[in-house]
Amino acid sequence: MLVRLSAAIAAMMFLNGAALAQGAKPTDPQIAHIAYTAGVIDIAAAKQALTKASNKDVKAFAEDMVRDHEAVNKQALDLVKKLNVTPQDNDTSKALTKQAADKRAELDKLSGAAFDKAYVANEVAYHKQVNSALETQLIPSSNNAELKSLLQTGLKIFQGHQQHAEHVAAELK
Amino acid sequence: MSSERLVVIVAVVAFSVMAAPARAATIQIVMENLVIAPAEASAKVGDTIEWTNKDIVAHTATADNGDFDVMLQPHKTGAFVLKKAGTVQYYCRFHPNMKATLKIDQ
Repeated sequence: MLVRLSAAIAAMMFLNGAALAQGAKPTDPQIAHIAYTAGVIDIAAAKQALTKASNKDVKAFAEDMVRDHEAVNKQALDLVKKLNVTPQDNDTSKALTKQAADKRAELDKLSGAAFDKAYVANEVAYHKQVNSALETQLIPSSNNAELKSLLQTGLKIFQGHQQHAEHVAAELK
Repeated sequence: MSSERLVVIVAVVAFSVMAAPARAATIQIVMENLVIAPAEASAKVGDTIEWTNKDIVAHTATADNGDFDVMLQPHKTGAFVLKKAGTVQYYCRFHPNMKATLKIDQ
């Protein structure tokens, strides 16, 4: 638990800028990688929920996450191809991926209503974390106008997801 | 063109212009950045509501009372012809925080 907690804290610190600040601003190829990774993580979480969730609103939410994050990531791939940019792996992407894998393992041990609640609670927390990173780090740091615009579009969509997740969480109580 | 035919054409045009206010209208509503605009629209029975989804994700226009459920793929439009008067709340099934109202007069 301590290890998991410190990994989660490390991941948040990365996103909150501690790690990014050390190496100055993330570059566009790193930002593209972080944004794409954040989407892949939420799709994986949603696919786990689609096999394990029992509540119909939770399942519908998970379907929404797959549909939207696949759509946004497709746009991201099209854009990096167009700009001839290769997304670059980095410590933030690695920390996010590690944090998510730990969370999926944790959720995998749960079932029924306990799973539903834990999945949705994590979706609220995760979207908050990613939205905050987009607002304070990724969008201000991006240089390319089209990348910045896609991140801003993504932020609007993910803020909607956060509100949706908060609504589902409130209904589960 | 004979003057007789011209008179007929003018009459037809005049008639259709005069008749226009009574004909059904198309009301445009836009979904962009997960916001429905205008959030409140007025229409009449027989009018067509045309929603345009300007987002990169899919939306729906789904009536709370079940009257319509229009799928709106990214960058596509969808339409529905109003059949009943009343105030109808609708939302996007995929993003339930997107909400709007139609005020439909007879």
